[in-house]
Amino acid sequence: MARAAVVPSTRLAVEYWLLTYRRNWKGSILTSFLSPVLFLAAMGLGLGSLVDAEVGSGRDLGGLDYLDFLAPGLLAGNAMMLAVNESTYPVLGGFKWYRTYMAMAASPLRGRDILLGHFAYMAFRVTLASFVFLGVMAAFGSVSSPLAVLAPFCAALCGMAFATPTAAFVATRINADNFSTYTRFVIMPMFLFSGIFYPVSQLPIVLEQLAWLTPVWHGVRLCRALSTGSGVNWELAGHLAYLVALILAGTLVASRTFTKRLYE
Amino acid sequence: MSLIAAWGLTKQFGDFTAVNGIDFEVERGEVFGFLGPNGAGKSSTMRMIGCVSDPTGGALRILGMDPSREGTKIRSRLGVVPQQDNLDEELSVAENLYVYGRYFDLPRAALRPRIAELLEFVQLSERADDHVEPLSGGMKRRLTIARALISDPEVLLLDEPTTGLDPQARHVVWERLWTLKRQGVTQVLTTHYMDEAEQLCDRLVVMDRGKIVAEGSPRQLIERYSTREVVEVRTHGQVTVMAEALRRIGESAETQAREELYERVEELPDRVLLYTDHGERLVALLGEVEHESVLVRRSTLEDVFLHLTGRSLVD
Repeated sequence: MARAAVVPSTRLAVEYWLLTYRRNWKGSILTSFLSPVLFLAAMGLGLGSLVDAEVGSGRDLGGLDYLDFLAPGLLAGNAMMLAVNESTYPVLGGFKWYRTYMAMAASPLRGRDILLGHFAYMAFRVTLASFVFLGVMAAFGSVSSPLAVLAPFCAALCGMAFATPTAAFVATRINADNFSTYTRFVIMPMFLFSGIFYPVSQLPIVLEQLAWLTPVWHGVRLCRALSTGSGVNWELAGHLAYLVALILAGTLVASRTFTKRLYE
Repeated sequence: MSLIAAWGLTKQFGDFTAVNGIDFEVERGEVFGFLGPNGAGKSSTMRMIGCVSDPTGGALRILGMDPSREGTKIRSRLGVVPQQDNLDEELSVAENLYVYGRYFDLPRAALRPRIAELLEFVQLSERADDHVEPLSGGMKRRLTIARALISDPEVLLLDEPTTGLDPQARHVVWERLWTLKRQGVTQVLTTHYMDEAEQLCDRLVVMDRGKIVAEGSPRQLIERYSTREVVEVRTHGQVTVMAEALRRIGESAETQAREELYERVEELPDRVLLYTDHGERLVALLGEVEHESVLVRRSTLEDVFLHLTGRSLVD
């Protein structure tokens, strides 16, 4: 039988992930919807009414209502959380429990197809969830600029700035022992101290400078500028460059750790 | 030209040498086996043939190509049944075949009839839309074989194809592999079951501690390294004591008769094996030696392995 040469590509690996997503997209969309509803209602409206009464729409929040300040921050933070979830257990599972990666490696797919295929799917998941989040923000009336439509993409970049190095690290793990420590003591502090709930200028200077280093702070700045339309300037290019640089570095390291694990 | 050829093939992991300079060739249409105990280097060899692990020494040619440079091209012409199932348990039986076919960039329209045909072949047509998770071990194994066949491969690689299956499920798998052999599919398999190697392989190599210790057809190996029959004598008492008594039977017989009586004596923890071409004559002389039971059987590859390495295949 004459056969055409197989041209392996990342697209073929993405197809696998999309097929699995088709099985549980409803649950996933529902979660993406409920999470911002709960957060924005409890903190944006509930806590926000107190904050607005005490602080007013003062300069500390850049002249924003608390809800409008909080929502884009949560958009970026939420993307981070989802991306970390997607790059821990599913990645170790690909090597160890479900051995999806191993099945792919026996086919014409190359290591880079396996890695980039999964990353592309993670980016898709996070972007989709971020658009749902933006929809909820709009329903709460906390979107005030048409540029907001770009915010989910920035949130996804923020997510991938976490997912790529996390996956690189996970590929070196034998088991999931350190995952909850990582989430609790690395990711959670970033969620709490990186300008999602209050401006980092409220923190002692050391912590403030530390916050500038976290990808999520850059993601928060981007999303907030785009959803409010204020502070859209060259500073944003710097934030974008920082996130993209982290994604590239994370992907580079991941391609090493993945190759080692797949083809040892 | 052989489909697969290796010269001095070596795989080292740090200081540990898993595969230590082995030579072999696999011809088109044959079923070729690697027989050996766990840790003999079979799976490491299989991973190198499957182009998912680079050799650290020697040379390997698969379908005339160098796996370290043309791994993708080679893999597109191989079908792999791994030792550990890696089916997607959340997808359906048919979807597992579909998604795997897509890794080979097979067109969607061509996949539909191919999937139906393969499910028929592995007797899973009725389960096409079921999830994989509740399937029995034997069904999963058959599905993995069907998945490996999706791209119509030139060589099928099977790493321990029936390990962990119950006897009935093993026979169903064997029967499918025989059918594939009749269709001319080249198969390379590893196993630590001597009966599996005898049943399936046209030719095999016996591996021990990273090296090939013998090569040939099952029949050739048995003729070369064992006797026609084996007398197994079991005892409740001490094996060494009984083995000594059995050796004395030989010594009390006339010299010429003794040489004909048996070739070798092997002691195992619970029994003594007498390698002989005259099983019944030997049994007739056993009355003098205290023993629990006695059995005369044909030699197997297990005996070949025991002779070559002094150890059993399955510990």
